Amino acid sequence: MASLLRTLTGPIIANNPVTLQILGVCSALAVTTSLVTALTMSVALTVVLCLSSGIISLIRKHIPPVIRLIVQIIIIASLVIVIDGLLRAFAFEISRQLSIFVGLIVTNCLVLGRAEAFAMRNLPLPSILDGLGNGLGYSAVLIIVGTIRELLGAGTLLGVTILTPASEGGWFEPLNLMQLAPSAFFIIGFLIWSIRARWSDQIEPPKYALKTRRDAR
Amino acid sequence: MMDLLLASIFQQNLALSFFLGVCTFLAVSERFDTAVGLGLALIVVQTITVPLNNLFLNGLLIEGAWGWAGLPEVDLTFLDLIAFIGVIAAMVQILEMTLDRFAPLLYRALGIYLPLITVNCAVLGGSLFMAERQYSFTESVTYGFGGGVGWALAIISFAAIRERLKYSDIPAGLQGLGAAFLVTGLMSLGFSAFAGVTP
Amino acid sequence: MADPFSLWRGFLARPNDDKFKIFGIATLVALVCAVAVSVTSVLLRPYQEAHVEAERQAQMERMLDTLPGLRGLMQEAGVDSLTTRLVDLETGAFVTDKEPGEFDARAAATDPEQSVAIPSEMDVANLRTRARLAPVHFLERDGTLQLVVLPISGSGYQSTIHAMLALEADLTTIAALSIIEQAETPGLGNRIEDPNWLALWPGKQIADDTGKIVISVVRGQATGPYEVDGITGATRTTNGISAMLRYWLGDHGFGPFLTRLRQEGL
Repeated sequence: MASLLRTLTGPIIANNPVTLQILGVCSALAVTTSLVTALTMSVALTVVLCLSSGIISLIRKHIPPVIRLIVQIIIIASLVIVIDGLLRAFAFEISRQLSIFVGLIVTNCLVLGRAEAFAMRNLPLPSILDGLGNGLGYSAVLIIVGTIRELLGAGTLLGVTILTPASEGGWFEPLNLMQLAPSAFFIIGFLIWSIRARWSDQIEPPKYALKTRRDAR
Repeated sequence: MMDLLLASIFQQNLALSFFLGVCTFLAVSERFDTAVGLGLALIVVQTITVPLNNLFLNGLLIEGAWGWAGLPEVDLTFLDLIAFIGVIAAMVQILEMTLDRFAPLLYRALGIYLPLITVNCAVLGGSLFMAERQYSFTESVTYGFGGGVGWALAIISFAAIRERLKYSDIPAGLQGLGAAFLVTGLMSLGFSAFAGVTP
Repeated sequence: MADPFSLWRGFLARPNDDKFKIFGIATLVALVCAVAVSVTSVLLRPYQEAHVEAERQAQMERMLDTLPGLRGLMQEAGVDSLTTRLVDLETGAFVTDKEPGEFDARAAATDPEQSVAIPSEMDVANLRTRARLAPVHFLERDGTLQLVVLPISGSGYQSTIHAMLALEADLTTIAALSIIEQAETPGLGNRIEDPNWLALWPGKQIADDTGKIVISVVRGQATGPYEVDGITGATRTTNGISAMLRYWLGDHGFGPFLTRLRQEGL
């Protein structure tokens, strides 16, 4: 039971997919311009992650190693297409926001990475929990970045104006940099710094050390 | 054709303008020689798969493609994602076997990231853009090559910068991945300057 | 049913590097996934198409709503929707031998029999081909034209943008611009659908006194009746919109139709 709990909570900070495993980064940039798209993507990815990890774990014993990558990808891609189809048929408004990201979910290194690293060697229940944990960790990063970018870039949060922009007679001058993708990089960089300041076991040791301190200022 | 080539390398750089393939970009760029190897591998994969997917799309998936079999109304474009990924996966598998046979050191250095080229958003993104913009076969070859070169250019320059960063005195929490994110952000800001350049 | 079951068991018991098993699993997974995707696609298509159709209607309705006084005009004219007719883009004349209801504009644009290639120097919107015919919608009252709506499309930053341009009776003043479909960058390019930005369009002129099409989206603030304010961070998307307008209002698009309409009326 304790190990199951660890599987679930590990990826939230200690083994976060974006800030430590470097998985799932591409989509973290495009979808975080507003909080609502970040949330939609987070939910969609977590659902796909749980289902795909579960299914792959169920058949893991019979996937020949030589074709395992293609088999995993086909399963993940089919899952995403089916979920997208269901959304487009029964939740049209949400799907309109999501359809652009469908391609991003299929190639999301996170889904394939966890399938390969965990689901292929573990029972279905732990695999689903691992998927859920990684999904939550991913969502946490996305929500933080999305909140900062929307708040500072447009003054709104989920569409509700919090900081009245100058164009509407307020005091706030929106930071246009926040609307461009590089800002997500900067925010994640500083996020990593803050996480490692608190959880110092994540700090990467320096690769080289200066041999003499004579010239060091 | 030259315009398309230059645009795909600089103005529409897959890594720094569209942010595709960033996971591998960040993870493999710690060592310069591995980055060069991955960049070259990606150029090869991209140059082959984009035209191949173009043939696949126009020959088998679009509406009217099955006209010769008496089924002109069949429209299989909803299978494009899976089809493209299938083609890419097969190509990467072949590349993996070739590298294992002829360049085993590079094969081992790339490790998990070689099969991850299959899901590298840059490779799939290149094919999806080709489909969206309805490129012809020759344009696909140019775009595939240019896209690969652009991505390789980005990762090679980035690796060079990261190698230098290892000698720098940066705060412990920022070392490694944190600095990498910041540098990537700066590089992409730099590349966005190309957006206004008209040949 | 013991026999097929034990056959299945036997198949699964084979080692994972056995050639027969590799082929078998590959085929099985491919088959199951293909069936799952195809079945859901086919079953869900009617629901999806109903939504898309409803969305298209809603778009038309929304655009009509943005035009002040239009609803009133329509009520007076006794119509509750616009009339649609097909136009031959090359001659600008109405087509009489085909019903607008039978015409699928999107399919015709890429069908070699129904479309014509656009010469590259004219293809500012990057469409490559366009259909020979196009549907136009209009509102007429007592034989005079009140409003003309033209469907236009062009390539944006990362997707094809489809829109409707409504022109007033003088065929030079824009009554409204409505975006029907786009897949541009969320938060940036897709702000072309923002009603606040679309509200900048009514009243703008598409052409100057010489008749040259000059309407465009500029960077920053607009300075005249031929310019519309830009959207920060969405330059390429809005350039796509400017290019799209220039193409469709030009000689290779609806130009001949608008000229004929000006001279001859309906």
